[in-house]
Amino acid sequence: MTAIDLSARPEFERAPEDFSNQGAVERPLPLWERAWNSTAVRRAVLLVLLALVWEVYARLLANPLLFPSLTETLEAMARDLESGILIRRTLTSLNVLVLGYAAGLAIAAVFTTLAVSSRIGTDLLATLTAMFNPLPAIALLPLALIWFGLGVPSLVFVIIHSVLWAVALNTHTGFRAVPETLRMAGRNVGLNGIRYVALLLIPAAFPAILAGLKIGWAFAWRTLIAAELVFGASARQGGLGWHIFEARAQLETATVFGGLLVVILIGLTVESVIFRAIEARTVNRWGMQR
Amino acid sequence: MEAGAIAAAARGAAGAQAMPAPLVSARGVTLQYRTPQHIVTATWRVDFDVLPSDRFILLGPSGCGKSSLLKAVGGFLPPVEGRLTINGRPIVQPGPDRMMVFQEFEQLLPWKTVLGNVLFPMRATGRFRGREAMERAQDVIARVGLAKFADVYPHMLSGGMKMRVAIARAMAMEPDILLMDEPFAALDALTRRRMQEELLGLWDQLRFTMLFVTHSIEEAILVGSRILVLSPHPGRVCAELNAEAFHHGNVDQAAFGALSKRIHRLLFEDRGTAE
Repeated sequence: MTAIDLSARPEFERAPEDFSNQGAVERPLPLWERAWNSTAVRRAVLLVLLALVWEVYARLLANPLLFPSLTETLEAMARDLESGILIRRTLTSLNVLVLGYAAGLAIAAVFTTLAVSSRIGTDLLATLTAMFNPLPAIALLPLALIWFGLGVPSLVFVIIHSVLWAVALNTHTGFRAVPETLRMAGRNVGLNGIRYVALLLIPAAFPAILAGLKIGWAFAWRTLIAAELVFGASARQGGLGWHIFEARAQLETATVFGGLLVVILIGLTVESVIFRAIEARTVNRWGMQR
Repeated sequence: MEAGAIAAAARGAAGAQAMPAPLVSARGVTLQYRTPQHIVTATWRVDFDVLPSDRFILLGPSGCGKSSLLKAVGGFLPPVEGRLTINGRPIVQPGPDRMMVFQEFEQLLPWKTVLGNVLFPMRATGRFRGREAMERAQDVIARVGLAKFADVYPHMLSGGMKMRVAIARAMAMEPDILLMDEPFAALDALTRRRMQEELLGLWDQLRFTMLFVTHSIEEAILVGSRILVLSPHPGRVCAELNAEAFHHGNVDQAAFGALSKRIHRLLFEDRGTAE
């Protein structure tokens, strides 16, 4: 057998084939496909489907005392909106919520600063978190009632407890995950102390911090509603939890559903409007999260 | 004394010509770092002098402490023995007079655009402000050929482009010395060659001083004007050589090959006698 001489293959050159009559290289997607690519559209479609399922099931059941339909719920909500009671109660709840959330974040910031600046601070945070994070905030309500009595301070106390540990834990985990190269890049330009935390650590750990803020928000909201259900209207007027509790006592099931719906809607809005906007403007834009 | 011998050798090499005062000077520098179980000696009594507008290379196999030396000059790792000075002052902490360019692409702040990244050290240190900082940033970004990408976030750039931003960010500060820790090691061969040429081009314009760590003999000869060859475990000085004459245009010449062989021999064949 003779060896084949591979170098005997001829070389060639040729001009690329003409593409100019094939239309554009980039063509826009059809409209429905573009719409379907939008998260908002897909989620809205899901919401409408869920609402439809509710309405159909409730009409088949035909028992408004146990399971009112969506239209009945919306009617009850409209009545409460018109009388202004629903708005007042929502505002009362939100007011307490914002107070507790902000205080929780401030205390979390103090704890995390301690934890990043010293080893003993880290141990303190780790121990406290391990002790208190698994403890349901609502379990502290009896104690809060003894200390602060019926009223806003008790609610704020339990909300702080539900926000603090989740946020501090996440923020601290995020800080520890900041790559060494980024840290050195920061210290190289002479950053230290609070400027180092503010200009380097916080943006670098922002995905974890944001996750902590979201978890903290959800914990705060559910703790607040639960606490209001337990001791109802304490101050001058009750919040959404009290609204639900009161309606149940009067067997106005549609109003109970209306109250729950408001709780859900506020949760949805904060999650998919406020947090979503923060995400889009920060971590998504920076390519830290997809 | 070793230090005295080096100073004498430097005087001898320079002949009657007076050499400028060294910018960075290391005398008997021993570096150690701690792992959870051990204390590791990275370098042992290393001496060298970096003169103004030197392209000074730290060359050696892995484990010779060349990156530790660079970190020590950067102020991140204090020497346990010996003296390390910049402009005659001892180096005690990191500072913007010694801007560092790291090997990793992830040294840019992901939450800032290219322009923001270049502006960041100028504004954070307060060294340049307002219009002046902006003009400097735009100028240096244009110099590294990224003017079109000034408003782009780092995650949209290729590795070579990120490296250019890192270099631009460091240069905009007009540091006394530019510290480069194997900046091109993670790039593909073609991009690496282009970056080496660009770096040399920038040096031709600006004549900045740099301290450059590499484990590639070829890169050391191409980029450097003077090469410090280190032995491994721990890092000790093997030689200091001149490489001013070599560039991409004469890689194929005999003298280039000879220097390359000489360094190769220093690194790999004399290990027994160097102890």
